[in-house]
Amino acid sequence: MKTQSHAQAAAEFIKDDARTHWHDETLWHVRQKRDLSAQGIPEWETLRDTASATKDYVLSHLGELLEQFETNALANGIEVLWAKDAQEHNEHVYRILQENKVSNIVKSKSILTEECGLNHYLEDKGYDVVDTDLGERIIQFAKQAPSHIVLPAIHLKKQDIGEIFHEHIGTEKGASDPKYLTEAARQHLRKKFVEANAAITGVNFGIAETGGFVVCTNEGNADMGTHLADIHIACMGIEKLIPRATDLGVFLRLLARSATGQSITNYSSHFHKPAPGKKLYIILVDNGRTEQLGREDFKNSLKCIRCGACMNTCPIYRRSGGYSYNSTVPGPIGSILSPGKDLKKYSTLPFASTLCGSCSDVCPVKINIHEQLYKWRQVITENTDVDASKKLAMKVAGYTFGKPVLYDLAGKMARTALKITPDSLVYSSLNVWGKHRDLPDVPKESFKEWYQKNRKS
Amino acid sequence: MSSKASILAAIQKNKPVASPLPDLLSFPDEPNLVEKYEKGLSGNGGQLMQVTAIKNVQDYIEANFPREQLKASLVEGVEGNIDVNNISDPHDLEHVELAVLQGELGVAENGAIWMPEKNVVHRVLPFIAQHLIIILKKDTLLTNMHQAYEKVKVNDHGYGVFIAGPSKTADIEQSLVIGAHGPRSLTVFLMD
Repeated sequence: MKTQSHAQAAAEFIKDDARTHWHDETLWHVRQKRDLSAQGIPEWETLRDTASATKDYVLSHLGELLEQFETNALANGIEVLWAKDAQEHNEHVYRILQENKVSNIVKSKSILTEECGLNHYLEDKGYDVVDTDLGERIIQFAKQAPSHIVLPAIHLKKQDIGEIFHEHIGTEKGASDPKYLTEAARQHLRKKFVEANAAITGVNFGIAETGGFVVCTNEGNADMGTHLADIHIACMGIEKLIPRATDLGVFLRLLARSATGQSITNYSSHFHKPAPGKKLYIILVDNGRTEQLGREDFKNSLKCIRCGACMNTCPIYRRSGGYSYNSTVPGPIGSILSPGKDLKKYSTLPFASTLCGSCSDVCPVKINIHEQLYKWRQVITENTDVDASKKLAMKVAGYTFGKPVLYDLAGKMARTALKITPDSLVYSSLNVWGKHRDLPDVPKESFKEWYQKNRKS
Repeated sequence: MSSKASILAAIQKNKPVASPLPDLLSFPDEPNLVEKYEKGLSGNGGQLMQVTAIKNVQDYIEANFPREQLKASLVEGVEGNIDVNNISDPHDLEHVELAVLQGELGVAENGAIWMPEKNVVHRVLPFIAQHLIIILKKDTLLTNMHQAYEKVKVNDHGYGVFIAGPSKTADIEQSLVIGAHGPRSLTVFLMD
C-alpha cells in the first residue's frame, strides 16, 4: 500500500478554505500568546540556553541517570519496568491490569501511549480505556487521533463537538456553547473517575535524583484519576529525565509559556510514592530513542519537552492540519522524529517545511529543528527512490549552482520566461504550484547585473 | 538479555560525548511580591483576597456557601462539617463542596502554591472539591520557581503539587472554561 504523501493529505485539508483560514488563525493566536508570555520574562533566553544544556547533559549521561532514577524509584516503593519497544510497553500495561484485576481504566494525556498504540491494543483485549483530557475524550468519541500534541481537538469546531457530544453523551441537539459542553463532559467523566480502578498517565519530567516524576495538566484530570484509583501506571520515554529536582525551576517556567502562553499549568503534580495501600508503576520506554541517540545530526530531537510551540508557529502545520503528517507527533518536531522510525513511510515530512526557522526560534530547548529538516532531506534523497522528479530537480539545481556561467544564463532565461508565461499555464490544474500562489513580478535585471552597474557610484 | 540491559547497552554504544551539567540559576528578587503574585494568580483564573485574621475567611465562607453544603477544612479557625482525617476511602469525598487548605509557599511569577501531601491529607481533596480555598502566609511568597525549588523538598512526601488556579480547559475552540474536572474556583486568602 502506498502511503499518502504530506502534500496529498494537506490537499484534502485545504479543500475547505474557510476552515483552513480558521485553523491557521487559531494557532497563530496561540503563538502570539506564547510571544507575549516569553517577552514578560527578561531571562527567557538564559532559561532556553540552560534547558538545552541540561538536556545535553541528560543525553550524554542517559545510562547513569536511568539507573539512578530506577534505584531511587524502587526505594520509594515504585515498581519500575523497562520496555524496548511499543509492543513490550503494551504488554507490561496489560499484565499489570490482569494481575490487579482491573476493569475500569481512566487515562490522562500521554503522547507516548499514542505512539505505542496502547488504546487499540487494550481495546482488542476487551478493555474500555477512557481518555479524560477533554480534547482527547472528544476525539476518542469521534474515533480520531490527536491532531496536535497539546491541543488534540484543535481541528474541530464547536459545532462538530456539539454533534459528537449529542451522539455520545446526550447533550442537546445543535448545542455548541463551550461552557455547556464542558459541563456535560465534567458530569460524564466524574462518573468514570469514581468508577476507575486504574489510572494511566504520561510523564512530563522524571527526576533522577529523587526517583519521582511530574505530570502537568490544567484540567486536573491526571490527579482525579490517579488519586481515586488503586493502580497508577505512568508511561515515560527514557529521554524525559532531568538530573535534579531544582532543574524543574527552569523547565516548568518554559513549558506552559511555550505551549499556550500560560505562566504555568494550573496543576504540576509530583509523584514519589504510592499512597498507602495503592500501587504505582512506571514503564521506561525506548521504542527507537536509543537509535536516534546515535544519530549525530538528529540526536537533539530527543531534547523535546512536547510543548507544541513549533506546530503553532509553523506556516505549513497551520495551513495543512495535524493529520496531514500521518504521524503521532505532527508538525516540525514530528517531521524530524518520525523519519528515524520509518524513513520510507515518513519520507515526505521533512519536505513539509519552508525552512523558515521559526520552529527553532520558539523551541524552549533550542532544538535546531529547521537544520535537521534540511539534513533529513539529504538522507532521504540519498536513500530512497521516492519522488524521482524532486531528485532530478535537485541534481539539475546542484549542477547549475556549481557553474556560474550557466547560473547567469538560467537566470536571464527565467526572467524572460516568467514574463511571457501565460496564466493558463501557471494556474492550470496540471501545475499544483499555481494553487494559492501568484507568480512574482519579474525584475529587469539580476542582483549581479544591478551590482555591476551600481557598485562604483 | 533483559530489556533493561539491552537499552542500557544501546545507550552506552550511542551516547554523545559528555556535556557538563549547568549551574543552578538565580535572578533578582521581585520588589512587589504581593502585587506580582496577585497578577500571576488572576492570570491563571484564581482570585486573591487579603485578610488580617482567619475569622475573615470563616465570614467569607458563611456568606458564600450555604450551611448544609459539605465542607472539608484542614485549617485551624475555619469550620468544616466533614472530618477528613477520619476518612479512609477518598471516594467518600465525592460530594465535598468546599475544601479549605493551608498552602506551604506561593510563587509570585505565576501564582503557584506548593501543596505537600501533609497539607491535603487525601491527595484527591484539592481536586474533587467543587471549590477550593487556600490560606497563604504573606511571608512565604517567593519571586520565581527557582527559589521555590530551592525551598521545597519534592520527595519529603509521597506526593506534592503546585496549584496555580482552578481546574480549566480551552479544548473547545480555545474558549477558556473554568471548572473542567476539578474545582470551579480557587480563592487564595493572603494573611500576614
